[in-house]
Amino acid sequence: MIETDDKARRGTAWIAALLAALLALAALTGCASRTAGDTARGAARAIQNKGSDTLVNVALAWAEAYQKVAPDVAIAVTGGGSGTGIAALINGTVDIANASREIKSDEIAAARAQGIEPVEFVVAIDALAIIVNHHNPVDRLTLPQLADIFTGRITNWKEVGGRDAPIVLVSRESNSGTHVYFLEEVVRLGDPNNRDIFAAHTLMMPSSVGITSEVSRNPNAIGYDGLGYVTAEEKVIAVARDASSPYVLPAVETAADGSYPLARNLFMYTAGQPSDEIAAYLDWIRGPEGQAIVKALGFVPVTEN
Amino acid sequence: MANLNDFAKARTAQIALRVRPMGIWLRRGRLETLIELLIRLSGVSTIVIVGLIFLFLLREGLPAFLDIPLRQLFGSRWYPIEGFYGIWPLLVGSLVVTAGAIVIAVPLGLTTAVYLGEIAPVWQREILKPLIEVLAGIPSIVLGFLGWVALAPIIQSLGAPTGLTALTGSLILAYMALPTIISISEDALYAVPKEYRDGALAIGATQWQTIWRVVLPAARSGLAMAVMLGIGRAIGETMAVMMVTGNAAFIPDLGLDLPLHPVRTMTATIAAEMGEVAQGSLHYNVLFGIGIVLFVVTFAINLVAGRLVGSVVRRRGGQL
Repeated sequence: MIETDDKARRGTAWIAALLAALLALAALTGCASRTAGDTARGAARAIQNKGSDTLVNVALAWAEAYQKVAPDVAIAVTGGGSGTGIAALINGTVDIANASREIKSDEIAAARAQGIEPVEFVVAIDALAIIVNHHNPVDRLTLPQLADIFTGRITNWKEVGGRDAPIVLVSRESNSGTHVYFLEEVVRLGDPNNRDIFAAHTLMMPSSVGITSEVSRNPNAIGYDGLGYVTAEEKVIAVARDASSPYVLPAVETAADGSYPLARNLFMYTAGQPSDEIAAYLDWIRGPEGQAIVKALGFVPVTEN
Repeated sequence: MANLNDFAKARTAQIALRVRPMGIWLRRGRLETLIELLIRLSGVSTIVIVGLIFLFLLREGLPAFLDIPLRQLFGSRWYPIEGFYGIWPLLVGSLVVTAGAIVIAVPLGLTTAVYLGEIAPVWQREILKPLIEVLAGIPSIVLGFLGWVALAPIIQSLGAPTGLTALTGSLILAYMALPTIISISEDALYAVPKEYRDGALAIGATQWQTIWRVVLPAARSGLAMAVMLGIGRAIGETMAVMMVTGNAAFIPDLGLDLPLHPVRTMTATIAAEMGEVAQGSLHYNVLFGIGIVLFVVTFAINLVAGRLVGSVVRRRGGQL
């Protein structure tokens, strides 16, 4: 009995070892061919681009389209959140940090301590959509109502004209620029002296998709996301500045003319004034070609504001 | 690819060069001393590495305990971007999720092991054992995804306000710990000498009495080890938990519906926030501080469990 068991075990181990070896081989060949391809194309310069998840899809589209404009510049795009991107810029691991909020004063101080002077570029404008489930009868809210909801002062949908059901708050993690923007403009209603924060029972999602999928399957959830991320699975709420203002739905037009109250700039930051390839890339992004991509992905071009 | 081959050839040549003179130089006695030394080094290095890790944790994490008043550090609010560094909700979150996983996984794992080792006919064993070993090979992120897509809606339909709860995390972790618990418990049962069973059956004990009174007590230390390793896997798991527990840093009220609240675990907090912090900032130190707390908690659990097992052994006169 012991022998057969041992044999069986040894057999499994052999198969596992074989599989592992095959995988390792596959990985090696993959790497080797990729490096070979890169040298063949003669990539002169790689630009590291990291940060905001709101911007990541646009940044990827830019990087892809820019390959045709400047084939010798390789651009690597990663998400992770605005805070993540800015931290990477401060730690010197990226060339361009994407952010859906302005850089904070303590981040500027931390950068200067590392001998880095962050330079800001506005690259797009985004309307922040408030989303709920399609089964939720509520379709309009004012900013003060949203503040009460997200600080936990209002906990039941019936208090804002909905069903008698608990409100489930869904937010991005605090490393998200969208989170910080929402905190400042909605939770604190743009008042710098207001120290309110999100209710403790707020669900913190590590990604934009986390928010949209929770909202699309939970009839009591409310969340926020960049308009570019909202799909037909979620219902968009019309927002008013206060009870006496008109309720406006987020859209490229309403964000551009300023009638939608939650429109914000999206940024790219570089370490010091950019030069050469990075400067050319940023100019291209803010030019007609780059801004056409912005519009195609549901964001608002800078030039239209 | 050509480069890689050249590199491999060059490397083989290098190794050959290095080995050949050594063979001449080393006589048998010296070789043995050398091998002994290497074995000793590899043994000691484990301890040294653990020590270094702990020192590193202390260096990066201690400032958190010195700079933040303890009252605030163990406060009930975690919102680091505004300076709220209360790690109490995170500690509670980790404990609730892990305790839930233990409650689910231990009975299930032990009974499965007993069935496999003592009751199941050989043909069933031969189907079930490899399947369980396959379970162990499922990457945790895949389980997390499964929990997020399939399990969370089920939990929500049970009446919870959201499907992303401590219970969802516990179920995923339990599933993750099960293969470890089953495999090691089964080995422990297997190690019980056949004579024990024969003896018990010979004096007229039923199969159930044999298992409950003889085999299980005899395998006790191995079973405890199985449970410990299973728990170890559960408490340190990060990504899967981050996906399914909702990550809300608040302390749910004690009650029957406790597992149906979202929680934020220590591991998920470190994983979610480590990328954003500037190195050397207070937030960075606090995240390492959480690492220290996690280390201490795990160490304490191991210590207590070790004592428990030890005392059982002593009470039974060392006869297992």
